[in-house]
Amino acid sequence: MAGAGGGSNDVQWCFSQVKGAIDDDVAEADIISTVEFNHSGELLATGDKGGRVVIFQQEIENKSQPQCRSEYNVYSTFQSHEPEFDYLKSLEIEEKINKIRWLPQKNAAQFLLSTNDKTIKLWKISERDKRPEGYNLKEEDGRFIDPNTVTALRVPVFRPMDLMVEASPRRVFANAHTYHINSISINSDHETYLSADDLRINLWHQEITDRSFNIVDIKPANMEELTEVITAAEFHPHQCNTFVYSSSKGTIRLCDMRESALCDKHSKLFEEPEDPSNRSFFSEIISSISDVKFSHNGRYMMTRDYLSVKIWDLNMESRPVETYQVHEYLRSKLCSLYENDCIFDKFECCWNGNDSVVMTGSYNNFFRMFDRGQRRDVTLEASRESSKPRQVLKPRKVCAGGKRKKDEISVDSLDFNKKILHTAWHPQDNIIAVATTNNLYIFQDKVN
Amino acid sequence: MSEEIEGTKPATEEATSEEQEEMDDKVISPEKAEEVKLKARYPHLGAKPGGSDLLRKRLQKGQKYFDSGDYNMAKAKVKNKQQPPAVTQAEKAEITGDHIPTPQDIPQRKPSIVASKLAG
Repeated sequence: MAGAGGGSNDVQWCFSQVKGAIDDDVAEADIISTVEFNHSGELLATGDKGGRVVIFQQEIENKSQPQCRSEYNVYSTFQSHEPEFDYLKSLEIEEKINKIRWLPQKNAAQFLLSTNDKTIKLWKISERDKRPEGYNLKEEDGRFIDPNTVTALRVPVFRPMDLMVEASPRRVFANAHTYHINSISINSDHETYLSADDLRINLWHQEITDRSFNIVDIKPANMEELTEVITAAEFHPHQCNTFVYSSSKGTIRLCDMRESALCDKHSKLFEEPEDPSNRSFFSEIISSISDVKFSHNGRYMMTRDYLSVKIWDLNMESRPVETYQVHEYLRSKLCSLYENDCIFDKFECCWNGNDSVVMTGSYNNFFRMFDRGQRRDVTLEASRESSKPRQVLKPRKVCAGGKRKKDEISVDSLDFNKKILHTAWHPQDNIIAVATTNNLYIFQDKVN
Repeated sequence: MSEEIEGTKPATEEATSEEQEEMDDKVISPEKAEEVKLKARYPHLGAKPGGSDLLRKRLQKGQKYFDSGDYNMAKAKVKNKQQPPAVTQAEKAEITGDHIPTPQDIPQRKPSIVASKLAG
């Protein structure tokens, strides 16, 4: 099996597959809103604005060979959420899937949590590959047999059938959020999970739907005094008592649930000091954290703000240990990015399996990888032009100003409608899933 | 900055301060330059961008209609443009105003579910 090591320079990323329609006319419902591998990497789930979930399953060509080619094919698809209308508040509730999180596998079935703005659902995805045959009172097509004509008894037996994958909603966790849910995170205790909206974080038990505990509440008594909102939250990967939440002001708070029932007082506050002379109208907006992710080893966390990715050591609150510029050339375009609302785009970020490389998206269907050890970064593009089977992706370069070299693209030519907000990295191997507006690209490490 | 240089001091000082001004203009951060541009286009923009106004707009996302009646009227308008309600020949013959709407006539709230193109 391919190790997840190797920096962004050792790895040669090749096109593997692309899912979705080719046409440029994108229906709103087809906009991909979340991408997530399960814990083994065998399954890859996507959610879209139309409330649908599509799950792909990895099929490995030749299991005996190391570094073998694998393909992801459709495994299951279902409608997770429907649009709703809250009559009491005159509020339209979008069916868009904000987040999908997989539960660790406990038995043959797979479970995932999917959420829209207001309701979280637990889905069970199970396989059926046999069915009972030889009923005494029913024909094979389901018609009932007249019991009077039955002269002998037989025991029905299970016979193989074509694989059927069924998705069924097992729990619906509703009515616990006044504001819009931005995150869900499953606890390492395998029993609870948290859900976070703009102002509150709730703790749930996976089995109990009529009750949840509020663990963070930053709603001010007077809404006029509102200065910041919660933007993302996540449980620590190993410490079941620890979670973090990020804010629109660029701070991250780490909370310990052992300290008190309501974790309004943080245990740690991570904030990078800002030079007040550099402050501008845009400072707070671009410092808003759009995603926070713990490293797999639980020692670090990564945050994404508008222009950069920062890695924090959980033992040091004063400043991040690493900062990577995603698209610094946009700093001189903030005025137009504010006017077209792009400045409010929420980019996500992710770690590779051994925490040596981090990845995040950008505009023009570009995405960026930062190799922490080798201190190198690369810009790649998800495009139909580079979609020949096993085609190696060529690094891209944006020219910020001055003379544009051949093969470089100038900042003014970037397409700001082509945003890569959601990316995911296979938990062990160098396989990545990158979502453009309505297409899902899968790239793999070049097989030797 | 104010070192004692004899003789040529005044000329040097002038050049220095001019150069300094030029340098200051160039040294304005790109962010501040963008801010100036924005304020020029929208002079009424408040000083506190990340403050309550922006956040409250974010919290109120989804609030589109004054009340549920407003919402249903809007939905009915859209549906009527797309799909006129199915009426039988007999019903068509009736004079407008004599026809009482039934649940079958009223358009459904949501169109039929289409499968995701990712699964295609």
